[in-house]
Amino acid sequence: MATVSFNVNGEVRALKLDTRTTLLDALREHLHLTGTKKGCDHGQCGACTVMVGGKRINSCLTLAVMHEGDNVTTIEGLGTPDHMHPMQAAFVEHDGFQCGYCTPGQICSAVAVLDEIKAGIPSHVTGDLNVAPELTNAELRERMSGNICRCGAYSNIAEAITEVAGRPA
Amino acid sequence: MKSFTYEKADSPAAAASAAVRTSNAKFIAGGTNLLDLMKLEIETPSHLIDVNGLAFDKIEPTPEGGLRIGALVRNTALAADQRIRRDYGLLSRALLAGASGQLRNKATTAGNLLQRTRCPYFYDTNQPCNKRAPGSGCAAISGVTRQHAVIGSSDSCIATHPSDMAIAMRVLDAAVQTVRPDGTTRDIPIADLHRLPGDTPQFETTLAPGELITSVTLPKPVGGTHIYRKVRDRASYAFALVSVGAIVQRDGTGRVAVGGIAHKPWRIEAAEAEMPRGAKAVATRLLDGAKPTRDNAFKLALVERTLAAVLAEAKG
Repeated sequence: MATVSFNVNGEVRALKLDTRTTLLDALREHLHLTGTKKGCDHGQCGACTVMVGGKRINSCLTLAVMHEGDNVTTIEGLGTPDHMHPMQAAFVEHDGFQCGYCTPGQICSAVAVLDEIKAGIPSHVTGDLNVAPELTNAELRERMSGNICRCGAYSNIAEAITEVAGRPA
Repeated sequence: MKSFTYEKADSPAAAASAAVRTSNAKFIAGGTNLLDLMKLEIETPSHLIDVNGLAFDKIEPTPEGGLRIGALVRNTALAADQRIRRDYGLLSRALLAGASGQLRNKATTAGNLLQRTRCPYFYDTNQPCNKRAPGSGCAAISGVTRQHAVIGSSDSCIATHPSDMAIAMRVLDAAVQTVRPDGTTRDIPIADLHRLPGDTPQFETTLAPGELITSVTLPKPVGGTHIYRKVRDRASYAFALVSVGAIVQRDGTGRVAVGGIAHKPWRIEAAEAEMPRGAKAVATRLLDGAKPTRDNAFKLALVERTLAAVLAEAKG
């Protein structure tokens, strides 16, 4: 067993855990923040995406004990049903889901993607590495490739993200 | 997952010595490959040494005019660094062609190099695998081998090293700096880091037990046009069937390494001498001695065609 303390959605949480506990299981099973989903549990589907220190990661592929003092943001920390984050509202507006299982990961990833583009981080489809990347549909699709949607709501997801970015799809 | 004890290392030498003091210990940094394999009980360390607290997270100029990349610099940070984008574009391109945004935010420079050389049969614990269980045989050789190695492989193993970043590092003549459990350090040319499978595919690198990578250095920039072209079954987030990393100079000379075809980044300096004569000449030398299977013989033609596309792009 080991102890760890980190900040989740603005609240300090101290936990006593088996060292094997992933950040995902700590969030879901110990803190009962079940918005973050377990899909493949191997970093392939993106359903478990959360932000740590403002950066999106697969919470299934990291141990909770490795996050002492970190700031974790989950879907619950982005917004609530009464006070939705603009990305959550846009997913509702554009039907950016069907079953909804991948949605929390899609939304966390999408919020981080807009920050990454704002920070000038290039992608595989960025034409010129020495010019700030633009938010095109091709950029969005490439950057969101770590989030799989089995229902195939991709075009609506892309529209929702584009709306939040303030550009036409 | 098997249970394990856990410690945070506070110095590189302490980390390296803890790794040999504790039996069956492993370093953990990003953890994206190690934890994946631990969940399947393919990796079963009894002790994890977390090296994330070590101060290896900077990219600094070297006196020789190159860059020293800390072992813990994340793949996203490395790909986005302005100096890397300007002077070592091949490295940015290769990094961005690999994995997903989430994984690149976590994966480290050293961890990317040290990810396991692997194939689907290595992941399937119901199958024999000389890499996972030495001496048990190789299920891949008589199996479905579309993804597998076509050169440098052995009767023991035909897996490929999946790193895109390593292809760029090989072309750029990077070197790896390490610290050993006795506190001594050494410099390993990237060409000598990864091994071919031979009879011992379970040993993938030339690192000694407990040896810890502290940085990766790049020599001073060589100019030229930097191109990384990856051919894969999906447009994004898939391993290469074949990838070509190249630096092409104005006179048509240059350097090239190929991914997706071998146990390590495949670069043959003699083949590079053929670059001004075109893709066919280079591919012939590069793939001399290839032993493809029925399923992956297409990779030989694909290397030549991808190389031709790269050389055409370099001409502009």
